[in-house]
Amino acid sequence: MFKIENLSVGYQNTQILDNLSVEFPSGAITGIIGPNGAGKSTMIKGALGLIKRQNGVARVDQRPIESHREQVAYVEQRANLDLTFPINVFDVVLSGSYGRLGLFKEPSKQDKQNALSALEQVNMLNFKERQIGDLSGGQLQRVFVARAIVQAAPIVILDEPFAGIDMKSESEIMSILKTWRAEGKTIIVVHHDLNKVTDYFDHLIILNRGIVAAGPVAEVYTKDNVSKAFSADLGNVLFTDDNDSKQEGVSHE
Amino acid sequence: MNSIVNFIDALGQYNFLQTALITSILVGIMSGLVGSFIILRGMSLMGDAISHAVLPGVAVAYMLGVNLLIGASVFGIVAALLIGFVSTHSKLKNDTAIGIVFSSFFALGFILISMAESTTNLHHILFGNVLAVSDSDLITTVIVGALVVLFVVVFFKELLISSFDETFARSYGLKTQWLHYGLMIVLTLVTVSALQTVGIILIVAMLITPAATAFLWTNKLKFMLVLSAILSVIASVVGLYLSYTFNWASGPSIVLTASIFFIISFIISPKQGFLTSRIAKKGEPNV
Repeated sequence: MFKIENLSVGYQNTQILDNLSVEFPSGAITGIIGPNGAGKSTMIKGALGLIKRQNGVARVDQRPIESHREQVAYVEQRANLDLTFPINVFDVVLSGSYGRLGLFKEPSKQDKQNALSALEQVNMLNFKERQIGDLSGGQLQRVFVARAIVQAAPIVILDEPFAGIDMKSESEIMSILKTWRAEGKTIIVVHHDLNKVTDYFDHLIILNRGIVAAGPVAEVYTKDNVSKAFSADLGNVLFTDDNDSKQEGVSHE
Repeated sequence: MNSIVNFIDALGQYNFLQTALITSILVGIMSGLVGSFIILRGMSLMGDAISHAVLPGVAVAYMLGVNLLIGASVFGIVAALLIGFVSTHSKLKNDTAIGIVFSSFFALGFILISMAESTTNLHHILFGNVLAVSDSDLITTVIVGALVVLFVVVFFKELLISSFDETFARSYGLKTQWLHYGLMIVLTLVTVSALQTVGIILIVAMLITPAATAFLWTNKLKFMLVLSAILSVIASVVGLYLSYTFNWASGPSIVLTASIFFIISFIISPKQGFLTSRIAKKGEPNV
């Protein structure tokens, strides 16, 4: 069980999140949606202590995350990386073992074997010698998911994993997430649009500078909540009938 | 050809030349290794800043009669901390903070040096005089070289991951700030050693030129480190030869040799050479 307690994050003059608390169930995929600037990535980074927070703590089974970082695998947004860096696919995936190894220890044969098997699971084994700049966006994302596999953490957090990637990569990543769910992991996905919300997620958090709604998708993904977080127009487009039948395939961007 | 024979002959005869050669090789290895991380972390300007900022430390060490390394390291670290402080506590961008801090330190150092020592010494500090390296300087360089190589080998995977993907490194609990300041300390150590061969003003060239040249040839970080060190050593030795033979200042001789390696690689390297990429483009079918 992963939970965030009383998280407050702000930059200079703007308060982004104020005293936010939320829980993420294990054995489920939880989606986080919200308009641009809603504080989705901020919530994750604040919880993980990757950006300065004014208050709050994230806990893994009651223990603060700072002392149990090996419990969480974090797959950040791809956009922030230097793709010209002299590193190949295999070495990126192998770095998933670094947290467990700690200082002064080199990856073992077993770690290397794990990296190869993770690459196989995301169908990227043939690319293991490639420099990362040679990959497409979807292939690169699969490589980072493979790294998360190597981390073998019970909690996996992915920030916009499906943004700008091809259908094949998206479905391969989704099948990995489902495997993790079957293993009882806690999976948290920051999602950039409203496509496939009901297909992909078991639980949903709608965010807009604070929690608009949180809970099982069927209860949370309603015209009311979407209208409140995004706009009334979007709510009307997505939910044509009063009884909340959904129209798929509409992105809010 | 004759001059090369003369140079090798002189190497066998003169102790000062042997000392110069070993110093050049050690400095080449150090700057090649550390420089690779400096360029990959986008810290070329920081490398330039730290190397200039040690000047007042050198002056103070002269005045107090303590080891140059101590004075230089103190000022190098203070400069690194001050740069971090200015850029986090103001809306100024990092490169502006770097520019302000290092030019102030350099100016201060310049005045302190001229108060403390004669002008010939200042010239050597600014442009290097590898032919005047003493035996005790050599011992210091050997120790520093060993420390630097040890740092890179021991923390290789941490340096790799924090340079490539700092957010990920922090997410698994790596103390990237400590590593950053560790690298800054190592950088000041390299700076003080390189001060003897190329001088303060040109140290940044030893840090970035061989590393950038190696970067053009490989996609493997380990290979880049080795290649960068090798190129740096060759440039240092060739520069030393030029310095001895033509009586040129050692710093500019070494740096220009490294620059020539870079120019050649820039034109013909397979990875991203100016010429090779043009040929590759021509070969591609028009889409």
